[in-house]
Amino acid sequence: MTQAPLSLSQRLGWGLLGVTLLLGLWTLLTATGFVPRQFLPSPLEVATRFTTLLTSPFAGATLPVHLASSFQRYAYGVILAAAVGIPLGLLMGWFRLLDDIVTPIFDALRFIAPIAWVPFAALWFGTGMGGPVMIIFAGAFPPCLINAYRGARFVEPRLIEAARMLGTGHIRMILEILLPAAVPSIIAGLRVSAGLGWQSLVGAELIVAAAGVGFMMVQAQGSVQTATVMSGMIAIGVVGMAIDVALRQGESWLRRRRGLES
Amino acid sequence: MGSIRFQGVNKVFGPASSGVKVLDDINLDIAEREFVAIVGPSGCGKTTCLRMVAGFEAPTSGIVSVSGRTVTEPGPDRAVVFQQFALFPWKTVRANIDLGLRNKNLPKDQRDDLIANALKLMNLESHAEAFPHQLSGGMQQRVAIARAYVLDPEVLLMDEPFGALDAQTRVVMQEELVRLARVNPRTVLFITHAVEEAVYLADRVAIMTRRPGRIKEILDVRTVRQSENWDRFNKIEDVMDLESFVHLRTHIWRSLREEKGAQGV
Repeated sequence: MTQAPLSLSQRLGWGLLGVTLLLGLWTLLTATGFVPRQFLPSPLEVATRFTTLLTSPFAGATLPVHLASSFQRYAYGVILAAAVGIPLGLLMGWFRLLDDIVTPIFDALRFIAPIAWVPFAALWFGTGMGGPVMIIFAGAFPPCLINAYRGARFVEPRLIEAARMLGTGHIRMILEILLPAAVPSIIAGLRVSAGLGWQSLVGAELIVAAAGVGFMMVQAQGSVQTATVMSGMIAIGVVGMAIDVALRQGESWLRRRRGLES
Repeated sequence: MGSIRFQGVNKVFGPASSGVKVLDDINLDIAEREFVAIVGPSGCGKTTCLRMVAGFEAPTSGIVSVSGRTVTEPGPDRAVVFQQFALFPWKTVRANIDLGLRNKNLPKDQRDDLIANALKLMNLESHAEAFPHQLSGGMQQRVAIARAYVLDPEVLLMDEPFGALDAQTRVVMQEELVRLARVNPRTVLFITHAVEEAVYLADRVAIMTRRPGRIKEILDVRTVRQSENWDRFNKIEDVMDLESFVHLRTHIWRSLREEKGAQGV
């Protein structure tokens, strides 16, 4: 079925309708007592709790402070993943030998869910900053590497030939030919990485002992404060969405720039 | 300045025993500052000949050498102009031309001088800071030629360089190349399927058979060009009107048509 494309306000309107329907169903289920409130807090209860958490501390900090602490770990994890994954991917895209050495190991490791690293992350890097960062890294690393690798590996062969004919050495080949050619693929990979990194956050913070949204949720779970857990979920969802929107803006800005320049 | 030599060159794509034989015992000597064009039916392996001189592909047997040295890998002594230009889209015209010079580790002021000369030679001065996609096809190919010329290569390898251009631009570029060849003669291996282009540009024209490609015949155009004094004309159509030109062109056409006939087309 094909439809005429909707305008932005129409699309926002329909999106709002979806949210309203969900909230309506949720209210119906809780207000009628169909689902007991210890299993599912009502929307109003969650909204109140959420507002309270913005200013009064739970598990040692307010929600914004927990979020800031989470975001810091997240940023370190994703930046580290990009800093290791992108160069390694580019190198693997150019040096066939490195590709042959790394690919089998990588192909096995990437199927291990980030949360599976929790015991070792805690053991090796502690429960403060290092451990959680490693788990976020485990989630964010594969798309960085894969996309840089694919971008480098599938550069138009003519351009590689032209560069070789011009006497281009390995380093310059990677920095000036493979990297710029791979930029669209790398950016797409970064977006996926950013999403997966944020998704790994709660798992990462299972082992945290001080602050973070995940930590807050685990503490609330311990004392069966479902509204607090739900508040944490909402905060994660909203921030995740904001990260994705921001990166999408960045991506389309870059595409426009390249559209002019490439 | 360099010479090119093909000695008993065979090329098989795929396994040597069961693969497709594309070139059969190619022998060709191109002297210093000589312009040789190879024409042949499509798929005859003429581009493969050029790619072996460039070092992009190795002969299955036989030797390809430039100035007496066997070709093993690509290098700036054998500059290539590709049919699809192969400019780096993220580099400006200047940066595209500069890359080969930077690879030679020349100092900045020397590079700047060389680039300025190359830009002037190809009438690109006002486009130095443009990106390739901002230029027409003809302009892009000028950049690719400048990028090759600036390296002062031993040999210049041109793989159907004007094949992607429209007819008018093509003629301008052909005349430009003749002008360049007069100012600064080079050893050139030029691949084309356009017969007129080959006769107009080349000192000698090698005609290839259909696959597996062999060299069927080599025509000496230079003797005719000099005795009939083609160079007194600046416009291609004036040369193309000459009886001596028509004669050579028709000869090559017939020869190529025999090949097509043999193929059953």
